[in-house]
Amino acid sequence: MNHLLRSLAPITDSGWDLLDREAKERLTPALAARRLVDFAGPRGWEHSATNLGRTTAVASAPCEGVTAVQRRVLPLVELRADFTVSLSELRDHDRGAADADLEDLDTAARRIAIAENVAVFHGWQEASIAGITAVSPHKALPLGKHADTYPQPVAGAVELLLENGISGPYGLALGRDEYTRVAETAEHGGYPLLDHLHKVLEDGPIVWAPGVKGAVVVSLRGGDFRFESGQDLSIGYERHDAEAVYLYLEESFSFAVATSEAAVALGPQSKGGD
Amino acid sequence: MGFDQYHEPPDELPAAARTFARLCASLTEEAEAIGWYEQRLAVEPDREAKAIMRDAQGEEFKHFSMDLEFLLRRTPTWREIAQGILFQAGDIVAHGEEAEAEANEEGDAGSDSRQDRPGSLDIGSLKEAAR
Repeated sequence: MNHLLRSLAPITDSGWDLLDREAKERLTPALAARRLVDFAGPRGWEHSATNLGRTTAVASAPCEGVTAVQRRVLPLVELRADFTVSLSELRDHDRGAADADLEDLDTAARRIAIAENVAVFHGWQEASIAGITAVSPHKALPLGKHADTYPQPVAGAVELLLENGISGPYGLALGRDEYTRVAETAEHGGYPLLDHLHKVLEDGPIVWAPGVKGAVVVSLRGGDFRFESGQDLSIGYERHDAEAVYLYLEESFSFAVATSEAAVALGPQSKGGD
Repeated sequence: MGFDQYHEPPDELPAAARTFARLCASLTEEAEAIGWYEQRLAVEPDREAKAIMRDAQGEEFKHFSMDLEFLLRRTPTWREIAQGILFQAGDIVAHGEEAEAEANEEGDAGSDSRQDRPGSLDIGSLKEAAR
């Protein structure tokens, strides 16, 4: 048994399978950052820090004639979203019910996915995470309120990246509202906006990114953005009573930007989430 | 009937590890059956009986391959090493050494089998899925 304490929960193998599948189904479409940045690991729950390869001078040494530097590391942050599942729902699932109410799990999955996206794209100062848009030296380009105009700033962002020697293909992370606008425009006929944007991005992906403010164009060439996973997203057990079992979604990770020039923010910018 | 496929107390093993052990046992049984049919075919003089045994051995080939594919899907490092060895022309031992070295180099985080990370949803990178 590991620290997730899953075997202490009053949940059958079938019940765990249900919860794991539901969580994965909810998380996978929403984890936008993992579609656009390099992913390393998972290194395990015991992994505590990312090596930065840099040092800080130590002012004094224990004795004369020696000098010292101290290694700098980026500590991993533990992210956790609690949720509750009704024991009667789990028992009904064991009986064959196909419509288990897992709304609280769905909410927790949405929250932790948004938190991960916000940390990667906009940063999380308290957790020592400098986000992509927070460190980009490029001025944010206005996105406009109508999706029909999006190709122009996206093309401008791609051009800006090329001018800085950042090769493609490129990916586009669209916040919730911006993605909806693009999808709706595509539904109204004419030359599909999504296809147009794909071409501008050199066939790169357009990603639904809940938590992102506006949009972000990033290079997908690799080596510019690194998400290091300690423990990948997992479900753990907290406690239970006669009515419900109290569980949580949890992961540990760090995020570091190696090439701050490799991304351009579009539209309204905010360091926080939604 | 015993539960010999478990090397550790079954009650202490997570469900995924028990399933993995069952498929490992099944893989072994299919390999044994393939070997038995090979021996029977080598000594059987009756053509009709041999045809039946060949057909039965074909079933075992299928079962063995399905078991193996299941296990490889659940164990990315095993899969990676297998990809460097299976269906490759040339020196099998050399391919094995190279595949193992490459897997160890890339897997500096340790094993990536879910058996070693019980509870993980194993989502990992989605970069390839997005492209």
